[in-house]
Amino acid sequence: MEQTCVYQKGEDLLKVEDLSIEYTSSKKIVHATNHVLFALRRGESMALVGESGCGKSTIAKAILRILPDYGARITGGKILFDGEDLVTIPEKEMDKIRGKRISMVFQDPMTALNPVKKIVTQVSGVIRLHHPGMSRKESVQETIRMLGSVGINPNRINDYPYQFSGGMQQRVVIAIGLACNPELLLADEPTTALDVTIQSQVLDMMMDLIHERNTAMLLITHNFGIVAETCDYVGVVYGGEIVEYGTKREVLKSPAHPYTMGLLDAIPDVAKDSDRLQPIPGIMPEPSNLPAGCKFHTRCKYATEVCMSGDVPVVGLGGQHICQCHRIKEIQAERKREEEVEKP
Amino acid sequence: MSAVVELKNLKKYFDVKEGQLHAVDDITMSFEEGTTMGVVGESGCGKSTLARTIIHLYEPTSGQIIYKGRDVTHVSRKDLPKLRQEMQIIFQDPYMTLNPRYTVEDTLKEPLILSGKYEPASLDKQLSKIMDMVGISGRLRMAYPHELSGGRRQRVGIGRALAMNPKFIVCDEPVSALDVSIQAQIINLLQDLQKEYGLTYMFVTHDMSVVRHISHNISVMYLGQLVETSPTKDLFKIALHPYSKALLSAIPSVDIDRPRKKIALKGELVSPINPKPGCRFAPRCPYACEACSKPQILRELLPNHYIACCRAEELNREALAANQENVNGILLK
Repeated sequence: MEQTCVYQKGEDLLKVEDLSIEYTSSKKIVHATNHVLFALRRGESMALVGESGCGKSTIAKAILRILPDYGARITGGKILFDGEDLVTIPEKEMDKIRGKRISMVFQDPMTALNPVKKIVTQVSGVIRLHHPGMSRKESVQETIRMLGSVGINPNRINDYPYQFSGGMQQRVVIAIGLACNPELLLADEPTTALDVTIQSQVLDMMMDLIHERNTAMLLITHNFGIVAETCDYVGVVYGGEIVEYGTKREVLKSPAHPYTMGLLDAIPDVAKDSDRLQPIPGIMPEPSNLPAGCKFHTRCKYATEVCMSGDVPVVGLGGQHICQCHRIKEIQAERKREEEVEKP
Repeated sequence: MSAVVELKNLKKYFDVKEGQLHAVDDITMSFEEGTTMGVVGESGCGKSTLARTIIHLYEPTSGQIIYKGRDVTHVSRKDLPKLRQEMQIIFQDPYMTLNPRYTVEDTLKEPLILSGKYEPASLDKQLSKIMDMVGISGRLRMAYPHELSGGRRQRVGIGRALAMNPKFIVCDEPVSALDVSIQAQIINLLQDLQKEYGLTYMFVTHDMSVVRHISHNISVMYLGQLVETSPTKDLFKIALHPYSKALLSAIPSVDIDRPRKKIALKGELVSPINPKPGCRFAPRCPYACEACSKPQILRELLPNHYIACCRAEELNREALAANQENVNGILLK
């Protein structure tokens, strides 16, 4: 298949403005995302990092408009994709965008693949859907090429999903996501189920493609190592809000939000011997029952009274770096003191 | 220190349509008391099969499993429950492996009741002891698995494994389904329990940073075979086998100022069905030569550092020269 369009890098592609989504059931209202704001330019990649249940997948689903019909509601905000508001455009228009211009790689390959169809049918189906003139033979050839690039042998294209291991299934899902050369790829934990060597292959392949085609990527992950290797920007999500945003250097090298610091401290570093890990105490609050004030204050060791009520200011820290926290300066001073105590 | 569990030439083959699938092929390994042996490798390399064969969820094809000096390879049905009290397993996905219709109490009490060791009166006491041990608060006694978060579910899984005070615990990817902040809690819990009760762990994982953190020794598996085994520190200092090197180079690092040198592996695991003799890694190995088509024997290249690669000396000349004394020590033996 010939590549038809190459995009100008740096042009605004996706703008999410003040997006709020809630899930309702008979008993409770879950505020899945609250006033989320970010922009993504062509050819750039951004990671959304956070624990499960923090609302990061909901953001991706809202962009692709695949939130469940009943129960989920976008209560405010806009999703501007190439100038069009995806929240309001008719379903027919959305069908043309979904899968072709924006595609998604899902987290769990077992539920993303159809168990009773051969993988060749599933991959070529997507290709044929968006290229109406293409012959069956061409689409199969394209499928073989796509599957080859994710590391699946051509002699296995007639197999069913159950005949593959979890890692191999995920590669098929990635192949489907990349099959139509999308402008925006939403990758929801695409390599969580893969082995490190394969993960590294797949990430390299994904990044190559993205750079080649100037595809933008929104990567949802909880692995900071992957963020460090792939993305340009990072948004840290907690309780449905982006609590810290910046280039990956700004966020990973000088984290400002105590949640980001906690996440970075909790990972064992493969390059160092470590005695004990520093977990973040407690668990994520129920999204149906988020605390007032800063959502993180229940688990934050730096929290004071000011954190427990009211809106939390978003503070600019120079460059692209912003952080939503009352006590950034005080916390930095406190961290410094802690480090000095540990050192001697 | 003595070995709690020893494996001698353990094999587990599965019969499949096309022939025999060599899931675990000729593995010799020993687990020292109170230490953690990390077993790493890609999915499909047989590490889970090995784990399950050791605790008798699978019947081994041949070889020996020795528990505290006693050959338990073909333990009788009558003796198996006794052995299971000593050897336990923590599974990867606590949601799939907890009975959805059992409350926390039911799950944790079941092994206690089956053992017949506890009077009804002392059952409750033992139950709260286990819940304390793994950090589940008492108010969750009547909770069902779906009401618990992933971290708590895994705590129940650990509690169930520890209920009968086992000596040897197989941890089959116990933290890979958990969020990083929770993962750290569970790893700390496992380490605390090890110190307190002198437990021996076999820690199966594909996460190299976790394995570095928790293990004393590491075994690297490839397609059912052991390719390298050594103390953790040595492996991270000098990995000798080309596969271990590639595995280590593939870990994404958080430090953006220290870009890693990637060793790109071409292709993927070949089929473990009716494998040819010789190094199974050879088709993907950048250093493969003719000699690699002969069977590779695991040999001690540095003290306690075993490797199955015929070109190991050539490929690691510099690293070995730095350890010349150690190498001579081995040769003199």
